[in-house]
Amino acid sequence: MASAFVFLVPATASAQEAGAKPQPPAFANPGGANWTMPAANTAATRYSELADITAANVGDLRVAYTFSMGVNRGQEAAPLVVDGTLYVVSPYPNYLYALDLTQPGAPLKWTFAPKPARGAQGVACCDVVNRGAAFADGRLFFNTLDAQTIAVDAATGQEIWRRQMGDIGIGETMTMAPLVAGGKVLVGNSGGEMGVRGWIAALDTASGETVWQAYSTGPDEEVLIGSDFMPHYDQYRGQDLGATTWPEDMWQHGGGTVWGWISYDPELNLVYYGTSNPGPWNSSMRPGDNLWTAGIFARDADTGQARWFYQFSPHDVSDYDGVNENILLDMQWQGQDRKVLVHPDRNGYVYLIDRTSGEVLSANPFHFINSSHGVDLATGRLQYNLEKRPETGRTISDVCPAPPGAKDWQPSSFSHSTGLLYLPHNNLCMDIEETAVGYIAGTPYVGADVKMKAGPGGHRGEFSAWDVAQGKELWTVNERFPVWSGALSTAGDVVFYGTMEGWFKALDARSGEQLWQFKTSSGIIGQPTTWRGPDGKQYVSILSGVGGWAGAIVAGDLDARDGTAALGFVNAMQDLPEHTTKGGTLYVFALP
Amino acid sequence: MSSRFPSFLAAVLLLASAPAQARELRVCADPNNLPYSARDGSGFENRIASVLAEELGADLRYVWAPQWRGFLRKTLNADLCDLVVGVPVGLERVRTTRPYYTSSYVFVQRGDAVPIASFADPALRSVRIGVHLIGDDGANTPPVEELATRGIVAGVHGYMVYGDIAEPFPLAPIIAAVGSGDIDVAIVWGPSAAFFAARQQPVLRATPVADHDTAVPMAFAFAMGVRQGDDGLAAEIDRAIAARRSEIDAILDAYHVPRPAPSPALTTIGVEP
Repeated sequence: MASAFVFLVPATASAQEAGAKPQPPAFANPGGANWTMPAANTAATRYSELADITAANVGDLRVAYTFSMGVNRGQEAAPLVVDGTLYVVSPYPNYLYALDLTQPGAPLKWTFAPKPARGAQGVACCDVVNRGAAFADGRLFFNTLDAQTIAVDAATGQEIWRRQMGDIGIGETMTMAPLVAGGKVLVGNSGGEMGVRGWIAALDTASGETVWQAYSTGPDEEVLIGSDFMPHYDQYRGQDLGATTWPEDMWQHGGGTVWGWISYDPELNLVYYGTSNPGPWNSSMRPGDNLWTAGIFARDADTGQARWFYQFSPHDVSDYDGVNENILLDMQWQGQDRKVLVHPDRNGYVYLIDRTSGEVLSANPFHFINSSHGVDLATGRLQYNLEKRPETGRTISDVCPAPPGAKDWQPSSFSHSTGLLYLPHNNLCMDIEETAVGYIAGTPYVGADVKMKAGPGGHRGEFSAWDVAQGKELWTVNERFPVWSGALSTAGDVVFYGTMEGWFKALDARSGEQLWQFKTSSGIIGQPTTWRGPDGKQYVSILSGVGGWAGAIVAGDLDARDGTAALGFVNAMQDLPEHTTKGGTLYVFALP
Repeated sequence: MSSRFPSFLAAVLLLASAPAQARELRVCADPNNLPYSARDGSGFENRIASVLAEELGADLRYVWAPQWRGFLRKTLNADLCDLVVGVPVGLERVRTTRPYYTSSYVFVQRGDAVPIASFADPALRSVRIGVHLIGDDGANTPPVEELATRGIVAGVHGYMVYGDIAEPFPLAPIIAAVGSGDIDVAIVWGPSAAFFAARQQPVLRATPVADHDTAVPMAFAFAMGVRQGDDGLAAEIDRAIAARRSEIDAILDAYHVPRPAPSPALTTIGVEP
C-alpha cells in the first residue's frame, strides 16, 4: 500500500519498566478457544491468549473458508465462536447465522431471521449496521434495527424471547452489541439525530423482563441518580441536573443515546458506558452543560443506580458522542495502585479515569485537535477553542476533529502481552460553509453545509500504538481512509485490523511493522476475532463489507457530487467508490 | 373552476387520437403527511398532482415513502418516480421548476390571545413557545435559529418535525398543544400550521412572521422537483402550472395555505414569479 507508512518513535525506557505497564484485571479473561462477546471480555481488552500465529509465521496466513452474509451493507459485527459453532449477525434485516466449525468448510447450521420492520431502514442515521451478538448461558442475545432485543437458543436457533425496546415511529433504532453482565443483558438505543432521548436497559437473561432502565437526560428519578451517586467533580452534584442544565424541557429530545460499548467490572459490580451527543444540533438553543450527554456513567449492575459520571464534552457543539469503548485496567499511577479505565474519545483525547471514583488522571491528545485546548484536570472540564465553535451563518474552516471524531465506534484493543493500546482511528477535519436549504416532512429549513476532509498529512485514517501510562503514541500507520474497523491483539504479539479498501492486515505488535495483508472482496469495517477451531488450529475471522457512516457513499449509493450527504462525510470519501464496492462476506484465516 | 371545461375537452380529444397506452406521471410522496400528501389522496399536493396529470394527459401513479432524510435519494434520484410536488427553491439534489407559491413560518395562538407577528415582540420572553426540531442533522427550523439568536430559550418546547408516523397526523401535535394550553404559541411552517389550526376547536389563529431582519429566512418559495437534467419534464411542468394556475391557487386556498404577499421586507429564499 502506497499510502501506508510507519513512523517509529522510540519507546521511552520508563514505559518498559516493571510495574509501569498496565495490567488487565483478573476478570479480563483473554479470548482462547472461544470468543463469546465482541470485546472478548467485560474489560473490553479484545485480546487473545492464542499464540500459534506469531510475528514469525503470520506471513503464511491464508483463507480457510468464506461465507456470504446475504446482505451487501456495512458489516460491523464481531464473529463469535462457542464450542465449535461460529455465530454472526448481518446488517438489516439482522440475520443471525450459525456455522458448524466441526464440518469441512464450516457449513450453515441454522439461520435465525428476526424479520424487523422495514421502516427501520429509513430511520437509521448511518447505514443499517449491527455490531453483533453476545453469548451467555447457551443463548445468543442481539438487537434488531427496529429496536428489539432477542434471545435465541444457541444450539437450535429457536427464539426464546424478544422484547420491543424502542419505537421506530419516533426515530429509535438499535445497532449496538449487548453486553451480558451479572445475569442481565445490557442494551441501549440509537437515534440521537432524530431527537430521541437516550437510555440503557438491563434485561433478565432468563426471562427478558426489564430489571432496570436509566435515561440519559431528565429528572434524577428517571436517570437513576440517588444516594449512591458520588461523582468526583462538583458540576455533577445537584438536584435533577439532567433537566436543569437544559432550557425548560429540551432534555426530552436531548439525545444522550447509548449506542456504543458497555464494560463491566464484576468485582466493583459496576457497568460503564458512554452517552451520545446532545440534541438538537443548534447548541445555542440549549444553553447549559446538557447533562448527562457526551459523557460516561458508572452504574450498579444490579440496580442501575448511578455511582459516578464524567462529561467528556460539556454542552457539545461538534457531535462528539461519548460512546466509545472503556477498557478496564489495573495500573500504578504516581506510585499508587489504581483501578482505571481507558477511553479514547471522539473529541481527540485518550482519557485515563479512576473507575472507582470517576477522577480523570490524564487526558492526552491522540490526534490533531483545534476544537479544544485540553482538559483541566482540576475541574475535569474540556477547554473549548471558541474560534472553532460552529455558529449559525458563520463560515469556519479546518475544525479538527470532524463530527465522527478523532475516533468513532471502531473499538481499540489492549494487549495483555505488550501492555499497549492499539487504536484504529480517523484523521478528519471539517469546514462549515454557508447555509443551504433543506426540507423534511414538508418543512423547509436552513442548515449549515458541513464538509469533512482529510486532516493534517492528507491521509484520513491511522492505526496507532498508545502507551497508556505515558499517555502518548509510540507508532502509527497512516491509511488512505479512516480505519473504521476494530482492532485485535494476540499473545503471538500480532495485531489485526482492516482498511476501507478491503485489506486485512497483521502488524508486529511491538514495532508496527506490517507483516501480512490480504485483500478481501469489499472494504472492512468489522471487528476481527480469533479462536481455536475443533481441529485445534488458531483461526482469525473478519467480516468484509464496506458501509457505516464512513462508507455510506458505497453502501447507500450516495452521490459523490453531494459533499454534504451522510452529514458531510461524503465529501471526505468521494474516492471510496474507486477503491471498493459493496459486499458482505465472512473471511476465516488460518496457517497452512 | 372555470378552466375545467377546456381540459375536459382536451381529454376527450386525446381519447380520440391518443395511442392506447396512456402516459404515466410517477410522483413520489409521503403517505402520511397531511396537509401535504396522504395515501388516500387528501393532501393538497395530491390534488395539485391530479390537476397536473390531467393537464399532461397522463395517468397518475404514486410511489409512497416517508419524506425523511434520504427521501429524494431513495425515490426521485433512484428513478422510482419523476416528480416531487413540493420542494423549496434552492434545494440541492433536484432540479426545481419555477416556484408556484411562497409561504412562511407563522405564529399560531389561541383566538383570545394578543396576536404575535414578530420575533421582536416582548411577549415571546414570557410565554411558552413550541418549535419543530429537525434532530442533530446540522440544522434546525428557522424559528429555532431566530429564538436562539435572540436568546429566547427559557420557555421553548421542542416537537420533532418527523412526528410519530404510527399516528394519523404526524405534524399535528405541536398545534394541538396550543389548543390544549400546553404551550401559548407555536412557530410552525405555514401550510401545516394553518391546516391544523383550522381543525382545532375552537379554531386557532395563524399570523405570518412579519420580520424582515431575521438571521435566517422565514419565507420559502416552493416549486416542483424533477431529477437534475430532466429539463424536458421541468419545461412541461412549468407550462402545466401556468395553464392551471387558477386551479392550483384554488387548491392552496382551500387548504388555507398562508401566502404572504411577496415583499422585499420579508426575509425570503426564492421568489414567486
